[in-house]
Amino acid sequence: MTENTPENTAPKRGMPLWVQITVWTVLVALLVVVFMGLQRAKEGNVQAGAETGEFDFTMPLFEGYEYEGAEEISLTELRGKIVVLNFWASWCVTCKDEAVELEEAWRLYQPEGEVVFVGVDYVDTEPEARGYLETYDITYPNGPDMGTQISQAFRIQGVPETYFLDRDGVVQHVQKGPFRSTEQILNIVNTLLAE
Amino acid sequence: MKKFNILLLLIILLSLFSIGTVAAQGGTEEISDDEVNAIASQLFCPVCENTPLDVCETQACKQWRELIRLQLSEGATEAEVKQYFVDNYGARVLSEPPREGFSLLVYFVPPVIILLGIFILFRAFKQWQKNDEDEADASTTEASPVSASETSDPEDDYLARFEEELRKKD
Amino acid sequence: MLPSLGYGILVITLLVLIYSVAVAIYGEVKKSAAMVESARRAMLLALPLITVASAILIYLLINDRYDVEYVWSVTNRSMPMYLKITAWWGGQPGSLLFWSWLLSSFTSAVTLRKWDRDRELLPWVLVVTGITLAFFISLNVFFENPFKLVPAGVSIPLDGRGLNPLLRHPGMIIHPPAQYLGFVAFTIPFAFAIAALITGRTDDRWIRITRRWTLWAWLFLSLGLVLGMRWAYDVLGWGGYWGWDPVEIAALMPWLTGTAFLHSVMIQEKRGMLKHWNMILIILTFDLVIFGTFLTRSGVLSSVHAFAQSEIGPLFFVFIVFIFVASFALLIHRWVDLKSETEMKSMLSREALFLLNNLLFLSILVVSFWGVMFPLISELFTGSKVTVGPPFYERATGPLWGALMLLMGVAPLSAWGHSTIKTLGRSIWKPAVAALIAPIWALIAGITNWVALIGFTLIALVITVSIREFWRGAQARSKRSGESFFSELWKLIKRNRRRYGGYIIHISMVLMGIGIIGIELFQSDTQQHLGIGDQVELAGYTVQYDRLDQFRHEDGRFITRGEMSLSKDGKDLGTLAPRYDLYPDGQPMTIPAVRSTLVDDVYIILVNWEGITAESTPFKVYHNPLVKWVWIGGYVFIAGIIIAAWRDEEEEKI
Repeated sequence: MTENTPENTAPKRGMPLWVQITVWTVLVALLVVVFMGLQRAKEGNVQAGAETGEFDFTMPLFEGYEYEGAEEISLTELRGKIVVLNFWASWCVTCKDEAVELEEAWRLYQPEGEVVFVGVDYVDTEPEARGYLETYDITYPNGPDMGTQISQAFRIQGVPETYFLDRDGVVQHVQKGPFRSTEQILNIVNTLLAE
Repeated sequence: MKKFNILLLLIILLSLFSIGTVAAQGGTEEISDDEVNAIASQLFCPVCENTPLDVCETQACKQWRELIRLQLSEGATEAEVKQYFVDNYGARVLSEPPREGFSLLVYFVPPVIILLGIFILFRAFKQWQKNDEDEADASTTEASPVSASETSDPEDDYLARFEEELRKKD
Repeated sequence: MLPSLGYGILVITLLVLIYSVAVAIYGEVKKSAAMVESARRAMLLALPLITVASAILIYLLINDRYDVEYVWSVTNRSMPMYLKITAWWGGQPGSLLFWSWLLSSFTSAVTLRKWDRDRELLPWVLVVTGITLAFFISLNVFFENPFKLVPAGVSIPLDGRGLNPLLRHPGMIIHPPAQYLGFVAFTIPFAFAIAALITGRTDDRWIRITRRWTLWAWLFLSLGLVLGMRWAYDVLGWGGYWGWDPVEIAALMPWLTGTAFLHSVMIQEKRGMLKHWNMILIILTFDLVIFGTFLTRSGVLSSVHAFAQSEIGPLFFVFIVFIFVASFALLIHRWVDLKSETEMKSMLSREALFLLNNLLFLSILVVSFWGVMFPLISELFTGSKVTVGPPFYERATGPLWGALMLLMGVAPLSAWGHSTIKTLGRSIWKPAVAALIAPIWALIAGITNWVALIGFTLIALVITVSIREFWRGAQARSKRSGESFFSELWKLIKRNRRRYGGYIIHISMVLMGIGIIGIELFQSDTQQHLGIGDQVELAGYTVQYDRLDQFRHEDGRFITRGEMSLSKDGKDLGTLAPRYDLYPDGQPMTIPAVRSTLVDDVYIILVNWEGITAESTPFKVYHNPLVKWVWIGGYVFIAGIIIAAWRDEEEEKI
């Protein structure tokens, strides 16, 4: 049964070459996409040592939370300063554990102007976010992460997450989850200041 | 008299205006859950995976529903609310990718592949029919009893075919 | 001690499987029947070994051995015995073991069959099933060890975390086994197909051997889908049953190709055509089973019911590359041998219509596959996340499902080999006219939605055509033999199970279609804050809020229970009590109250997240017309497929 009489049908050779090429191309493309997806899933958030130059951002700021009078803040204009980038949201429970500490640390550094704290409000509603900022008496620049552009650039895995950028805009330390104490924040910033 | 008329007109206009504002205020108080859900059901929760906003149980989703309510009470249209969500939380809140740029691919690729499938199938049919005509004279092996009875009564046709199939089964 | 024993057995199983695969290949190359026999026996060891390992795991689960991480993560002391047993598949490591156990049952069954007439296929069937089983066991051995102990130095927990409340539902207890059975069972036809490709025995032998395997696989896959839908409807509390979630689509995709395969193999059996196509379909089905499992278990795609992040991704990826590349390479290699024995005669012949059916199923597959992959592709290439949600799938696949219904109505009337517009038209006009009763009736009932009217017409067409097939067959035989109509009907079905089982399945599919049209096009809902005594009106029903109870159950759940009385046109229809259970670990569960009739369901949930007080309790009331027909269709479906797949005395001669 294996061999059919060839006269039975139109002469058929193997699979046409163009079909073979198409099949393999599609298959390889699919596998590459899946492989990249797997890499991405394993990759996690931006790690210490990453350059932020590739994903500079400009963030609008909430009224009353402007940075030196400007309604927008961009990462490049902060070069030369230590940047503490804190992702938070008003619906996030553990963010509340560190709100006071962050503000305390900010007030210590604010006079010298060498360190800038920036709060990035991740997928939040503005009324609730303002309520949160007022409750914890936060004064450092804060704004909404429009279209989740910034959080996607840092590939954050959740809130709160805090990224410490040195004067060249390089990520030097990442804190996932809330800070336990103000000292913890101060230690990290002071190490960066000392460099 | 004329003066009085103008005054009357003014009063009427003013009262109409104030009624208007009262009515509008009355509207702002009561945005029903159904009106909120009508929009929320078309949006997806930005932090959960594949959960529509109207059935999502988290605190964050509750806030977003309240935000929709607030915006509706301020007179925003459905499209404006959706646009606000896209601007703030990204395109992933929409239940479908936006019809622009790269996302157009999601709409174009399946029809193209399906059309290709139809084309291949159609070509195969043509090919088969051509082969069939080529060997039309010799084709005796596959002539089923059905074809012979084409002009006869459809019931007979059916029965003949039916018996044939049962025979094959035996 | 026991956990180490369990793990040891898994390692031994893996070694035995590797031995079996290696010896089967070696024996085949050396033409040594004794070696192949040795491989066969080694393969038979897999089932008892995995059974012992599973028994150990179950023993640990029911004895609260919280020193084992898996036991700790899926059970706790307050769970009843049956839930502790079913926690076997309540998490990633356990469900992988469960998967392997099912697969080893299938491989054992297939290994024990009589091989006399197809000895040459045996070694390759052993190789394919052996590699697949070895792969799943190695996931347990290297990444997801169900017997892993809590780290040394950490004190043994006194109580476990307990099974996710959503999984403590009877539907969830049988849904995964059915789904997994459906998935793993496709390994067998795939193994025979690959064996046929390797040995060059490309006639329809492999199809005849695996015919009933395929039907059973398809039964379980379909059953898994229906049970999953039922579970979603009863437990998830959003008034629906299908949300086009990636996990759901992952289960749907092999079903689509599997269904296409079931149809197109008939063409190969009857007419000797489409050998290429059947190979492609069975390979696609198996590959989609593996690919879907990978997508939902590796963390590549996120979904509501995806398993948590896992380390199994890379190994799974390697396996996928291997089976995709190997199966397609083999297919291309054997392409020339898979020639048709006859040719297609007419565009309206039954085989042509079957091909059209295949095209439609594959079109739905293309839409589903692309929809699942697109968010990943978009994120990789543009960096922006998008959602591909129900509206996309509904719009894209709706017309395709409709066309499939039309085919179900037309195809049974067309002949194998030959049909023309004239013959087809003559046999279709009567059922078509009869089917028009449905839309006319719907119009009188006030339904003016044209999609629904077309849908109901098609449904009626399929039902009349299918029933007419039974009637005409039995009538004809009874006329010939003089025996009674019903005894002939019985014999007819017995004689040709697959054909008549198939018609019953067609009927079941369109019965489900009634429910789907009902809920998709006519669902309505309202959400209201009610005080005791308040009423809601929806779709002619009146729901009155009577009382609210809040209490702690003895197992620690905090239960909020509302009582509502339902009435229509002043007639009392009974009490409905939606519930909201808060588990001690903070996990909530919404339990809807449903009054279900053939016409419609009234489905009420307590919307707890808005906060509950007796003065203002938020309720959401859904009116789901016709949804019960989805479940009725499900029962009819099971009946149909059992008829189709039942052991046929004469077939065993093959």
